[in-house]
Amino acid sequence: MNDNALVKLRQITQTYRSGRKEFVAIRDVNITVGESEFVALLGPSGCGKSTLLRITTGLQKPTEGRVLYRGRPLDGVNPHATIVFQTFALFPWLTVRQNVEVALKPRGFSPEQRAQRAEELISLVGLDGFETAFPRELSGGMRQKVGFARALAVAPELLCLDEPFSALDVLSAESLRGELLEMWTSGTMPTKAILMVTHSIEEAVFMSDRIVVMDKEPGRVVADVIVDLPHPRDRSSPRFAALVDHAYATLAGQTQPEHVEIGTAPGQPGRTRALPNVPVDVLETLLEYVADLGKPADLFRLTEALHIDSDYVLRLSEAAELLGFATVAQGDIDLTPLGEAFAEARIVARREIFATRLRRLPLIQWLLGLLNAANDRRLEYDVALKALELEFPPDEAERQLDLAIEWGRYAELLQYDDDGEVLYLESDQIGASR
Amino acid sequence: MNGLLRRFSPIGPFIHGLRWADGVVLIGIAVVVYVGAELAAHAPAITRGPAVSLQPSTLPLYAALSVSRMALAYALSLVFTLVYGYAAAKSPTIRQFLLPLLDVLQSVPILSFLPVVLLGLATVLPERVAAEAASVVLIFTSQAWNMTFSWYQSLTTVPGDLREASAIFRFNAWLSLKHLELPFGAIGLLWNSIMSWAGGWFFLMAAEMFTVGQRDFRLPGIGSYLQTAADRGDMTAIGWGLGTLILVIVGLDQLVWRPLLVWADRFKLEMVSGATEPSSWFFDILRTSAVASWFTASVIRPIGERLDAAMARWLAPIRPGTAHTRRSGCASAFIVLAAVGLAYGAVRAVGMLLHVPADEWTGIALGLLATLARVAAAMAIALAWTVPVGVALATNRKIADWLQPVIQITASVPATALFPVLLLFMLGLPGGLNIAAVMLMLMGTQWYLLFNVIAGASAIPQDLKYTSALIGMSPWERWRTLVIPALFPYIITGAITASGGAWNASIVAEYSQFGGKTVFTAGIGSMIARATAAGNYPLLLAATLAMIVSVVLINRVFWHRLYRLAETRYRIEG
Repeated sequence: MNDNALVKLRQITQTYRSGRKEFVAIRDVNITVGESEFVALLGPSGCGKSTLLRITTGLQKPTEGRVLYRGRPLDGVNPHATIVFQTFALFPWLTVRQNVEVALKPRGFSPEQRAQRAEELISLVGLDGFETAFPRELSGGMRQKVGFARALAVAPELLCLDEPFSALDVLSAESLRGELLEMWTSGTMPTKAILMVTHSIEEAVFMSDRIVVMDKEPGRVVADVIVDLPHPRDRSSPRFAALVDHAYATLAGQTQPEHVEIGTAPGQPGRTRALPNVPVDVLETLLEYVADLGKPADLFRLTEALHIDSDYVLRLSEAAELLGFATVAQGDIDLTPLGEAFAEARIVARREIFATRLRRLPLIQWLLGLLNAANDRRLEYDVALKALELEFPPDEAERQLDLAIEWGRYAELLQYDDDGEVLYLESDQIGASR
Repeated sequence: MNGLLRRFSPIGPFIHGLRWADGVVLIGIAVVVYVGAELAAHAPAITRGPAVSLQPSTLPLYAALSVSRMALAYALSLVFTLVYGYAAAKSPTIRQFLLPLLDVLQSVPILSFLPVVLLGLATVLPERVAAEAASVVLIFTSQAWNMTFSWYQSLTTVPGDLREASAIFRFNAWLSLKHLELPFGAIGLLWNSIMSWAGGWFFLMAAEMFTVGQRDFRLPGIGSYLQTAADRGDMTAIGWGLGTLILVIVGLDQLVWRPLLVWADRFKLEMVSGATEPSSWFFDILRTSAVASWFTASVIRPIGERLDAAMARWLAPIRPGTAHTRRSGCASAFIVLAAVGLAYGAVRAVGMLLHVPADEWTGIALGLLATLARVAAAMAIALAWTVPVGVALATNRKIADWLQPVIQITASVPATALFPVLLLFMLGLPGGLNIAAVMLMLMGTQWYLLFNVIAGASAIPQDLKYTSALIGMSPWERWRTLVIPALFPYIITGAITASGGAWNASIVAEYSQFGGKTVFTAGIGSMIARATAAGNYPLLLAATLAMIVSVVLINRVFWHRLYRLAETRYRIEG
């Protein structure tokens, strides 16, 4: 495989600074994409997979490490690669044809050649008759077809897909996946290899030959899974399900002992466990669903049952684990007795259970400690944010604080005054942070 | 109407709290005024202006002259905008100076520069040329900033995915300017151009009829025609003049701006087709005309292809993430030189200020208070009528249908053009000039408020209106809990622009020569005008600086707070 390697990423590390602190987004990633391979880069949001795609194409330079294309170090944007973007990235002021033609312009094609090629590719993706339409007149699926036509127009050896189906409705996404696979497997496209970023486990198993699984904090490769199913793939086949289950098991991991699971407080040695970005009411729904089931639930079945994607399911299960409401093993989620009690309790009791669990989390303890030490038990939002930024990058710090406020409000541990941007303790919580 | 409203919204982001850079820019302005004043001291003591004829047959020529001045200044502004905005977006060194400069310059009373610019230019150029050049410079200084800011803002907010797409498809700087940056900035640039033209008329009218003591710097044009007509009390000529002015403004709107707006509609970023798209009869004619389509296909396209090919030979594809952060030696030398020049000028300017006796400073303080009171009065009157009328216009189709055209035409007439006419009627009354000054400020500023109120009232979500009706709120409660909070950000945005305009207007409003005699009332504007007329340059410098500092302080301290409040608290998320 090394002989026909198209792209090699070697020891890629991406860090960035915020103030005095340095955050590691990606650490020591090695990936090789060979000719005629369709590789999926799978991971939860925030694992740096989109950044990795940009590094692969030369849009971004990594802090450390090398990108080799056909054995030669990459210098600037890779002329043999294109990207199909999640947001389509079409020029809204150009028609379908102009959008395809404009990609050919920098490559020195004459106006006649441009027109002809554009015509061919528009035809290939099945948009005949829409040449003079503006993107805003098209449906999402059709817009992404233009995105594909434009990317294929320059005959790229390496086609990069950045979550190309995640902004589409379910039906459009499914039909576009089928059409891409058809072009890929029948060899009607000039592309030598495809690298697709996705956070949907099913999508990765459905489309790719190999799945590189990444995890976050910091972004790194945790598994490399070969998908040796023939196309077209049958989602209901046992081998398909087994692969999906395996991917879930890899990504969801195994519930650790509590002190490992909850991490340490900000400012303390060790890693502060970030709160998973989920609203409390959706977490309630998940726990109720699993409780009603009465047995451990397959994580990937939950995506269908709750109509959410795999990324969301993983975040929910992570939250349930963190709060001690559930344990996760081998891609299955099972409620703890406390989780069952929570799911069956009424609202007041639920809040009490939630509050007890929340007080155990070092991040929340730390926040309550700050509040107790503050004048009048009141703390300005910005002050708390500044303190958290020592532990998290600025965007993440803000998200963590907002989550802590939301969860804390639900548990009636703390209150937040949006006008004055001040956090304060519920009166019965004063002095009770431990 | 929707289109008309948008032009008044991009003002807000200018306002921010006090920064150190404000100080540097203020010193720079002091130096400029000082140099102008030094030059002005050598200007000829008596200047005779051209005779202005009141024959209606001269009006086409006068109109053409006025429009040419505007066009020239606008062309200058556009070039400045494109070059400076682009440079600022690409180079951090230039950027450091851009924002504070734009920020202070847009709160500076431009009219107070007019005498200095005029007299300064008159010492180095023939009078007639100096007067023409001064009018163009003045209009330029009123037009360029908001356009530059809009262009700069567009350049820095180009969506990241489109930038990445341009890079991955190997665009060079020219192709991304042509296919990405210019189209993305086009709508903002266009609305700001329209706004700049409206502002430009205001200053052109003032510049065309500027007389300072014995010095008469009138320029033949619609503005001077109107002033001369009012001076002689010639109602027929006033009618002709106003009619021509309105015709010119409406004509430009129909033949230039409307078609451009319709054409630019394709550049909007929204991926949804809008319900109300602008329309223009003239654009429809152009679109269907054979000559125009021949011109596009056989002239514009081939030239574009040639240009693309030539640029491709010149420019390499963009490399993302390699912005020039290095400051070149040349730039550093320039900065040092500028700093030395600034320091020297500042010392000289302070020397000049020391010549101003203490009682004059008291006069300046009182003048500031008097003008502040007038500005406040004008704002209060404007608020009192625009809020109810604006809400009525936004909610009642029937009223809007017949009132809208009237308002649009009235709003398009620059207040300075009407001022001489206003004086003709007001001067006989007790406190005449006082009332007239407030009226002038009002005329120039109420439209900003009105259009913003209409925009705000149109943006109140229908479900909130239904809810307030369903729960049976009394009209008073409805206003207090829904209408006023929803309008607040829009009123603030409008008021910021309006108050800046009112301060500016004080210079022409508080001091005037009419019917051969000079009339003035207490105020900072009249102090500036009188100091110029008397050749008292230390006082001119002191008064101008006092006004600039006050306006900047009012913006930074008062408006900035309200704006923050409006942004954070009273925003209705779409």
